[in-house]
Amino acid sequence: MQSTTNGHASPAGHAAAGTPLPDEFDVRILRQDAPDEASYWERHRVRREPDMNVISVLQRIAAQAKTVEGERVAPVAWDCNCLEEVCGACTMVVNGHVRQACTALVDRLLADNPDEIELRPMEKFPVVRDLVVNRRRLFRALEKLKTWIPVDGYYDAGPGPRVSQEAQQEAYPLSECMSCGCCLDACPQYQKIELARREGETDAEFAHREQEAFDTRFVGAHAISQVMLFNRHPTGALSAGERLDLLMEAGGIQDCGNAQNCVAVCPKKIPLTTSIGRAGRATVVRAISKWFGR
Amino acid sequence: MAKQRVMVVGGGLAGLSASMRLAEAGVDVDMMSLTPVKRSHSVCAQGGINAVNPVTRQQGDSEWLHFDDTVYGGDFLQQQPPVKEMADWGPRIIDLMDRLGVTFNRTPEGFRDQRRFGGTLFMRTAFAGATTGQQLLYALDEQVRRWETEGRIKKYEFWDFLGPVLDANGVCRGCVGQDLVTMEIRAFPADVVVVASGGCGLIYGRSTMSMVCTGSAASRVFAAGAKYGNGEFIQVHPTAIPGADKLRLMSESARGEGGRVWVPRKPQDPRDPRQIPEAQRYYFLEERYPKYGNLVPRDIATREIFNVCTYEGLSVEKDRLCVYLDLTHLSRAVLDQKLGGILEIYEKFQGVDPRDTPMKIFPAVHYSMGGLWVDYERSADGGLRIGSPRNQVTNIPGLYAMGECDYQYHGANRLGANSLLSCIFSGLMAAPGIAAWLKSVPGGAAADLPSSLFDGARKHHQQEHDRLLRRSAGGENPYLLHQELGQVMTKAATVVRHNDVLREAYGAVCELAERAERCSLSDTGNWTNQNVVFTKALLDMFPLAKVIVKGALQRDECRGAHYKPEFAMPGLTATDPAGRRREAETWCDRFQENTHKWLRSTIARLGSDGEPTITYEEVDTSLIPPRPRLYGLVGAEVIEEVWKERQLGKPATDRDGNGATGKPAAQPLAAG
Ligand SMILES: Cc1cc2nc3c(=O)[nH]c(=O)nc-3n(C[C@H](O)[C@H](O)[C@H](O)COP(=O)(O)OP(=O)(O)OC[C@H]3O[C@@H](n4cnc5c(N)ncnc54)[C@H](O)[C@@H]3O)c2cc1C
Ligand code: SF4
Ligand code: SF4
Ligand code: FES
Repeated sequence: MQSTTNGHASPAGHAAAGTPLPDEFDVRILRQDAPDEASYWERHRVRREPDMNVISVLQRIAAQAKTVEGERVAPVAWDCNCLEEVCGACTMVVNGHVRQACTALVDRLLADNPDEIELRPMEKFPVVRDLVVNRRRLFRALEKLKTWIPVDGYYDAGPGPRVSQEAQQEAYPLSECMSCGCCLDACPQYQKIELARREGETDAEFAHREQEAFDTRFVGAHAISQVMLFNRHPTGALSAGERLDLLMEAGGIQDCGNAQNCVAVCPKKIPLTTSIGRAGRATVVRAISKWFGR
Repeated sequence: MAKQRVMVVGGGLAGLSASMRLAEAGVDVDMMSLTPVKRSHSVCAQGGINAVNPVTRQQGDSEWLHFDDTVYGGDFLQQQPPVKEMADWGPRIIDLMDRLGVTFNRTPEGFRDQRRFGGTLFMRTAFAGATTGQQLLYALDEQVRRWETEGRIKKYEFWDFLGPVLDANGVCRGCVGQDLVTMEIRAFPADVVVVASGGCGLIYGRSTMSMVCTGSAASRVFAAGAKYGNGEFIQVHPTAIPGADKLRLMSESARGEGGRVWVPRKPQDPRDPRQIPEAQRYYFLEERYPKYGNLVPRDIATREIFNVCTYEGLSVEKDRLCVYLDLTHLSRAVLDQKLGGILEIYEKFQGVDPRDTPMKIFPAVHYSMGGLWVDYERSADGGLRIGSPRNQVTNIPGLYAMGECDYQYHGANRLGANSLLSCIFSGLMAAPGIAAWLKSVPGGAAADLPSSLFDGARKHHQQEHDRLLRRSAGGENPYLLHQELGQVMTKAATVVRHNDVLREAYGAVCELAERAERCSLSDTGNWTNQNVVFTKALLDMFPLAKVIVKGALQRDECRGAHYKPEFAMPGLTATDPAGRRREAETWCDRFQENTHKWLRSTIARLGSDGEPTITYEEVDTSLIPPRPRLYGLVGAEVIEEVWKERQLGKPATDRDGNGATGKPAAQPLAAG
């Protein structure tokens, strides 16, 4: 089951209170060789070093490429880039919590559970291999909802609109969304879509079919929040109505069940439920005014 | 007839800005990137982006001074026209990013706020919290997504660029890439290939850079015959948080907002830093550089921190080198609002709140000033002719390079907050020239060329790939070789460089390269095989590692980030005015000789034996004549006096061209 609490919650220095940390520890990983294959657990043992995070653990495992039982195996596949929680690549389920692996510090994980660290891929996205998942759907939602400023062009046209400090401070946190997908993995309304390529289907045909599937299912909290970011920007507001209309189509805001799991797991602490609340009210107003022909 | 297309490799700031500008010009663009472009390394940039702004302008600032700071900070190793053009575009670029919705910090009146960065006396740096790079990149990513929905841009994400495809005349006609999921190798016909693949910090093992910053794409272009410029100039950032997997940057903005660097005067004083009274703290940057204080240029801050810890034995800790970077005297509210993001990084990875406790930091490899050599066309006023197909093109026709992977803008040392500018600038600026090249490209669209050209290239890479997979088991381990390479490089080619150490390092790199030829893979499958992708990147690190070490070994001088104590020009020692004067004369003679000999771009090419050969090329310093960088030198005033007299005494024609005359006297030399 997906937990709703954020793995960062455990206090720093927790380790000091309990038993001393072990010199080495086990990592249990849910592996899967390819999309259509069955998953299986595998156990690795890693020596503890100072300042380790789950990424450095996976790096050690890749270098060893050997299980606890001594069997030689292919290195575990995983996704990462920045290693400082700004790129959104390394999302996975660590000890039952969906989160960024790069900020999952080993000493804290062991302080909470000295026996082992458990790694699983995200649940709501199709597994590509091991801990790597396909998150194309997440980016498709941003295309669908047109979350950008539709400027006239890129020639010089002077500065942008003036923005109050207050407005900037409200927009900035929303603009920190790194498309990691934690909010989607934790959301009960966001269901996995996994399509297999049909016999003889071309790249383009498959992409088209996939897009249709994505576009009728829930867009998710991150995308709703992006809509509010752009709708509240002075230039973005000029096309706010269009985004709201798109947000009322199938898979739009009405699919949100208000479970608030999303906001609890967002590593960037983005006020997602505030955005969802605002989007909800804005779409209602929009629907009513359209009903009355204006 | 097929339509022409441009392939952009890399979707950081440079690749994205080039793509959107090309799309606007009606050009069809493909983008290839190892990661989804939104996850490119540019998101890591924290501090900000430089440009002259209305406030600094009224304080006497100008584009010319920004240009001057950049070349002075870079120790005059840049070609000046592109740098001048970049500084001129700065204000317009910030305006554009502002229009694209970047959440820049604001003043109470609603204007963009600015902060000060190292190497300048003006508050030129626009910023969005402490995640400026992320915010800028997202704005461009959104525009590219917009073009994608209109069908003008097509992305190939999770693809590895394996190399350009050149026709019989050596013109670039496309490239070969590999799908990181299916491992399919495919040739892409393209009428222009733009390489915007970022830096190469991973050659040093751990650095402040992201995991895809291996330099692999640039190295593959180098292997295809492109020139690589100024490779030995690698910036080591003064302030990073040591970590097991990565050295995380603590942005210069921490000092820009008033952060102070110090060590206890008593070596390894065991007290809690907050208990150490002011008088027992050594604010070494402030004491040694009263004018710039904690905001001296990066190379100097780095060396001072390094020296204080190693030679002077004042490291805060005994077993680990580090100094304090202290923000605790600033108000929490200000810190949260202006530096929230980076302070969170420290808190997240160290478990300590830097608002309460001084941070512990140490220098780390951060930026590659060197990169693929690119051309430009100079305009009459000393800037660039916009729309010239020569701008940003490598020596391979049709193959362009921009962003951190080019060598163009930062010379021997990059100023903080200038890179985001150079990346966006090079992308936007080059696009019209690329469009012009497309109109003139010989022989029609690449897609109409005989398929044998592309099949041949694809097959070549396929064979290489298969050969790697077939390597017998039990050989060298690529991950461990990478660690070793990192150790060699970090020891030999970072803050302080010695010829004997470099010579040894070159041998060590060659040996590692040979061992790498014997490394075997632990994954021999053809599905999301990260093992083989990493091994390819590792193999391609060696040529660039050699370029860096060889360039450093041969350059017997100190310039910017390249510091060899053996060739340093120390300050004056005489105490009497006449003696000082004499020494200053000698100093200036030596400076002039050195400029004559070494103010040249290092140009590496890959020889047929796989070893880089190095030659030197002229640098266009016609706009601002080189002058000594005297930050913190004893006797700087006297040297400056002598230097100025010599400049005045010179006939105008002697002054390295004419650009210098009539321009405002550039920033005064830094006094001791
Ligand atoms: C921690 C940190 C903080 C910084 N802060 C600042 C700052 O405050 N101000 C400033 O001006 N500069 C800063 N810099 C420097 C600046 O961030 C970078 O120089 C700049 O972002 C580089 O952008 P780019 O577009 O050249 O490349 P990147 O953003 O690095 O993008 C490279 C692209 O190339 C792709 N790529 C690479 N290799 C391949 C391959 N083989 N095949 C396919 N695709 C490939 C990648 O996937 C990626 O999309 C900072 C740098 C670091 C490390
Ligand atoms: S509030 Fe809505 S979006 Fe968030 S978790 Fe609940 S259902 Fe999902
Ligand atoms: S809203 Fe938060 S959890 Fe969701 S994708 Fe963005 S950063 Fe990740
Ligand atoms: S690697 Fe970028 S968020 Fe973890």
